[in-house]
Amino acid sequence: MLYREAGQFKSTYAQDQQIFPIRQDRIAIGVLLAFAAIVVPLVGNEYWLSAIITPFLIASLAALGLNILTGYAGQLSLGTAAFMAVGAFMAYNAELRIPGMPIIGSFIIGGVCAAAVGIVFGLPSLRIKGFYLAVATLACQFFVLWAINRVPWFSNHSSSGVITAQKIEILGYDVVSPAGKYLLTLAIVALMALAAKNLMRSETGRAFMAVRDMDVAASVIGIPMMRTKLLAFAISSFYCGVAGALYAFCYLGTVEPEAFTLDLSFRILFMVIIGGVGSILGSFLGAAFITMFPIFLNRASEWVAGVFAVEIPGAIVSNLEAMIFGGLIIFFLIVEPNGLARLWQIAKEKLRLWPFPH
Amino acid sequence: MDIAFFIEVLAGGLLAGVMYSLVALGFVLIYKASGVFNFAQGAMVFFAALTFVSLVERGLNFWLALVVTLAIMVVLGLVTERVVLRPLVNQPPITLFMATIGLTFVLEGLSQFLWGSQPHGLELGIPDVPMEWLSQKWNINISQFDLFAAFVSGVLVAVLAVFFQKTRIGRALRAVADDHQAALAVGIPLQHIWAIVWGVAGFVALVAGIMWGVRNGVQYSLTFVALKALPVLLIGGFESIPGAILGGLIIGASEKLAEVYAGPMVGGGIESWFAYVVALLFLLVRPEGLFGEKHIDRV
Repeated sequence: MLYREAGQFKSTYAQDQQIFPIRQDRIAIGVLLAFAAIVVPLVGNEYWLSAIITPFLIASLAALGLNILTGYAGQLSLGTAAFMAVGAFMAYNAELRIPGMPIIGSFIIGGVCAAAVGIVFGLPSLRIKGFYLAVATLACQFFVLWAINRVPWFSNHSSSGVITAQKIEILGYDVVSPAGKYLLTLAIVALMALAAKNLMRSETGRAFMAVRDMDVAASVIGIPMMRTKLLAFAISSFYCGVAGALYAFCYLGTVEPEAFTLDLSFRILFMVIIGGVGSILGSFLGAAFITMFPIFLNRASEWVAGVFAVEIPGAIVSNLEAMIFGGLIIFFLIVEPNGLARLWQIAKEKLRLWPFPH
Repeated sequence: MDIAFFIEVLAGGLLAGVMYSLVALGFVLIYKASGVFNFAQGAMVFFAALTFVSLVERGLNFWLALVVTLAIMVVLGLVTERVVLRPLVNQPPITLFMATIGLTFVLEGLSQFLWGSQPHGLELGIPDVPMEWLSQKWNINISQFDLFAAFVSGVLVAVLAVFFQKTRIGRALRAVADDHQAALAVGIPLQHIWAIVWGVAGFVALVAGIMWGVRNGVQYSLTFVALKALPVLLIGGFESIPGAILGGLIIGASEKLAEVYAGPMVGGGIESWFAYVVALLFLLVRPEGLFGEKHIDRV
């Protein structure tokens, strides 16, 4: 009853092409942003902000980056964590070596360097496809981590390999509180999500999708294959690089190669698949699910142990968690292979008819 | 350059490569017959080895433990087919791939849940020592166990090749790999075929698990063996059994040679990515691997 676009007439092309053509959507997104920017930092305690919501936002950004590459341009990649590592380390080095560098500038430099690495490792995509390409991107994952471990310049000759990220300072203000870091992350993620949404509605985005659906056909109708594929790699890696810099500066507080293992690449791929391949919203839903679910499981096992007053050894709990996590992923793929974003779409369609479905 | 040392490194690499091929074979079998890139192969290797070694440690006879583990692997294959694959028929390959990653988590959790996570040693009664007559005569050290592993994989490949080429089931498998729908149309039961393939893959995983278990001990790091097998697949092609063997030999030899001769120049530790770079170079020339099937794109 509430969610219906009846009576909303569009009299200009600009109105017809806006991102959220339905007024209720615009209101909802505005309320959501206001809630995230004002209510969450006021209400959320330190643990929630720094251990759950900020990593969720950062993971969303990385998932968004991978979704541009895998979901929109159709190039499967398993090297996401490597791009994030490049972003984190180059942001650290930019901050360290360029005097007076604003932190946002460092993040951008991190992103640009990640994009450059992405282009180099995207080159094989011109020759190979599918799982061959996915395995080839693993080369990027292993090589980048090896190089960061091996070349002391990246970690500023630190002996332990674990370095503390610099303080975040914006226009003279020190951003140290969890709420401050959260707001910074939120601002960057919101801006980049908006940019991604618009990019995917543009000529570039349509070229990506044409390549995904069938690259031979796309090249026949005149889409430059090399430029499009490499651009997809560059944009995706830029997003991942910024996400990596945020991950190191706003979440971990340290810059270390161990944070960017293959495991992280897989987790982000899970977010994309569970959230919905080829959907901006899906990246956020998937990231929320994958970051929150292990915490939920952990709480649940503690609760079970408390209720039955039994001491469950930690090893068994972590093994059970792995099993439930894996099982749930399979379950999700079987029940809704198109991801959470598809569920949301179905809900919206139902809502438009409700409560008079005929 | 010392020629004896070179031969020793080369032979060691080739024999190590055979061990990679053993793992790669499992990938190839499943990819060939169902088009699923089974990421859980590494977890299957781990699961099989851990089950086997735990049974032996609980006092079971070696052969009995082998048979019991094999039975468990076949059951696992059947359950996977029924629970994971059958509901996902006709989904895009990436969805199936993700499902096998989920399966990886389940298997890793399950094996450590059942048998505990402490590392085990495994002995087959074949000492992992250099053969005396070779080292005395030419000063070349080649492990007896490596030769045994190479022999086992040779036999395994021969058996699989005969199975695929000569038996009725093998022909059905090839038909399914070629075209699901056409195979169904001539009356090949798809579900049975998949169950068989997963069972055979479980068997290959068991053999690989035992071999790697003897070499490195049965522990969690066994799952990473799968990552070593992936470049082998790239070189050999995802659909080819001889490709898996040849790819393994190429990867094993080049990796060992690079480690010994080029490794010190860049500070060592290159074995984590070198195989992938070799594979990429091969792919630049042959995008579907040495023996992979050529795909012809039609618009």
